Amino acid sequence: MLKFILKRLIIIIPMALLVVTLTWGLIRIAPGNFYSGEKKLPPAIEANITKKYGLDKPWYVQYGKMMWNIVQLDFGDSLKYQGQSVNEIIWRHFPYSATIGLLAYMLALLIGLSAGIIAALKQNSLFDYGSMALAMLGLSIPNFVLGPILVLVFSLWLFWVPPARWGGISSLILPVITLAAIYAAYIARLTRAGMLEVLRSDYIRTARAKGLSEKTVLLKHALRGGIIPVVSFTGPALASLLAGTVVVEKVFAIPGLGKIFIESVFNRDEPLTLGIVAFLSILIMVFNLAVDISYGFLDPRIRYE
Amino acid sequence: MADEKDIVKGTSLWKDAWQRLLKNKLAVFGLIVMVIMVIAVTIGPPILRWATGLTPYDIPADADYIKAFPPSWQHPMGTDDAGRDLLARVLQGGRISLMVGVISTFVSLIVGVSYGATAGYLGGKIDNVMMRIVDIIYAIPYILIVIVLLFVFSGENTPNWIDAISSSFGGGAGLNQIFLLFFSLGLVSWLTMARVVRGQVLSLKNQEFVLAARATGVSTFNIIFKHLVPNTLGPVIVYATLTIPSVMLTEAFLSFLGIGVQAPYASWGSLASEGIKNIALFPWQLIFPGVTMALTLFSLNFLGDGLRDALDPQTRKF
Repeated sequence: MLKFILKRLIIIIPMALLVVTLTWGLIRIAPGNFYSGEKKLPPAIEANITKKYGLDKPWYVQYGKMMWNIVQLDFGDSLKYQGQSVNEIIWRHFPYSATIGLLAYMLALLIGLSAGIIAALKQNSLFDYGSMALAMLGLSIPNFVLGPILVLVFSLWLFWVPPARWGGISSLILPVITLAAIYAAYIARLTRAGMLEVLRSDYIRTARAKGLSEKTVLLKHALRGGIIPVVSFTGPALASLLAGTVVVEKVFAIPGLGKIFIESVFNRDEPLTLGIVAFLSILIMVFNLAVDISYGFLDPRIRYE
Repeated sequence: MADEKDIVKGTSLWKDAWQRLLKNKLAVFGLIVMVIMVIAVTIGPPILRWATGLTPYDIPADADYIKAFPPSWQHPMGTDDAGRDLLARVLQGGRISLMVGVISTFVSLIVGVSYGATAGYLGGKIDNVMMRIVDIIYAIPYILIVIVLLFVFSGENTPNWIDAISSSFGGGAGLNQIFLLFFSLGLVSWLTMARVVRGQVLSLKNQEFVLAARATGVSTFNIIFKHLVPNTLGPVIVYATLTIPSVMLTEAFLSFLGIGVQAPYASWGSLASEGIKNIALFPWQLIFPGVTMALTLFSLNFLGDGLRDALDPQTRKF
């Protein structure tokens, strides 16, 4: 088990470097760079800048230097935010995204799991159909439509919560609900399907046959197997939380990492883009590893050698 | 000789699936909504033009200084900032949104199916390398890939063939951008399709019909594309139906960020994101395009779910 974890942890490093390399390649393929903006620089200044950032050197020298710095976890300074290092920017903005992201995922788990379990237990009931139709609706409303509609109703018409800005718990409510909707919907569908499959399996029949109470059968036996699809969904979910948070951060004016990431791509702020991509890809891979490890606890049939 | 009517008629896979689909009320609902939606966006704009004398891009003469009118009999969905009928804009936008969904899915289908089938059939090291490439592309935020593709190929760098296709529809920078979107979105949505097809091919490639084909000297290319690919059609159709709404969502997201469909063209996503700016004053500008889009995605998702249950009873979600 320990060997498995170590092996996977070590693989993350070359994988992340590969992702950074490909991202760098993608950025370099796109014509122009940070300095080829709307305002044309005087040739002398452009020459100086080109020299300062080593843009006059051949690409493999630039690439080598960049990778060498990245291996030492130094992503350099942002081009747009002069004098601020990429690491600084990431650590400043990540907590906002992490807060709404984690709260949203917890809310989604709470709603999705309970709705999914009840729907599976009362299959083909009104609750089953109702919650699954609601889940499908959650999957079908773009979050940049849902967010503003919630703002319209709860901020502009009812005056219950502030429409935007960061500060206080009340300002978190709408962004978290907006972000959670689609994940709650996915989780409800996955839980229902997983539970239905498990409830038909032999080991549940055995558990019932040996006289365990229905509560023990459900909570101790069925749930563990039934939520495996939800656990595997968590990896990709956290990955797509990035794209999700971009919208929510834009709609609710939250200074999170997603917004900074999109801006950095539009600004051609290469060090910042690469830093965020590296950070997120490592984060995603660590989460995927955690997911794989938790399978072993959930399903006794899965063992890692 | 048996009488014609005594012969038991076998049902084909497709007939069987069709009947199962018709039993699924929600899928039938989705199918009906989609048929209506397709008809509406096809014949709606010309009819509205005939009734009002305006294209979705024209600004009416009576729209004076207050240009955004709330919903009324004359404008069932109200008007946008410039006084244009929102119903006409939504129908016109629906053409582009649905086309983005279908064409991008088709692009992803071609790439994903050929990639997955090749990896699965060749197997071994080649398969391993090809699938690791898929894993790595998965790890790069797709939004970055789309933005780079749009950056690289927009303006002067538009490939000639995209230019050629778009000029046969009228041409111009706006149309070029739309065609570019079709291909860029297709090129980021093939990954899961490749995995699905590879899995199918892995389970098919050791069956007798493939061995027979190989024994009779059929080329590898023909085994993959003439023998294996047709047999993966069921899951491919199911997955493609579910790709359409997800591509449409991505397009809406890009339009929301301002890099999707550009004015004067519109999609549901770009209309909704224009509506967000005026949400406090003219909420109908967000609500109508948003609800139309949500209804369409809702129906497509139900249809996709129904197709999965119908075509692939084994993976049926009970």
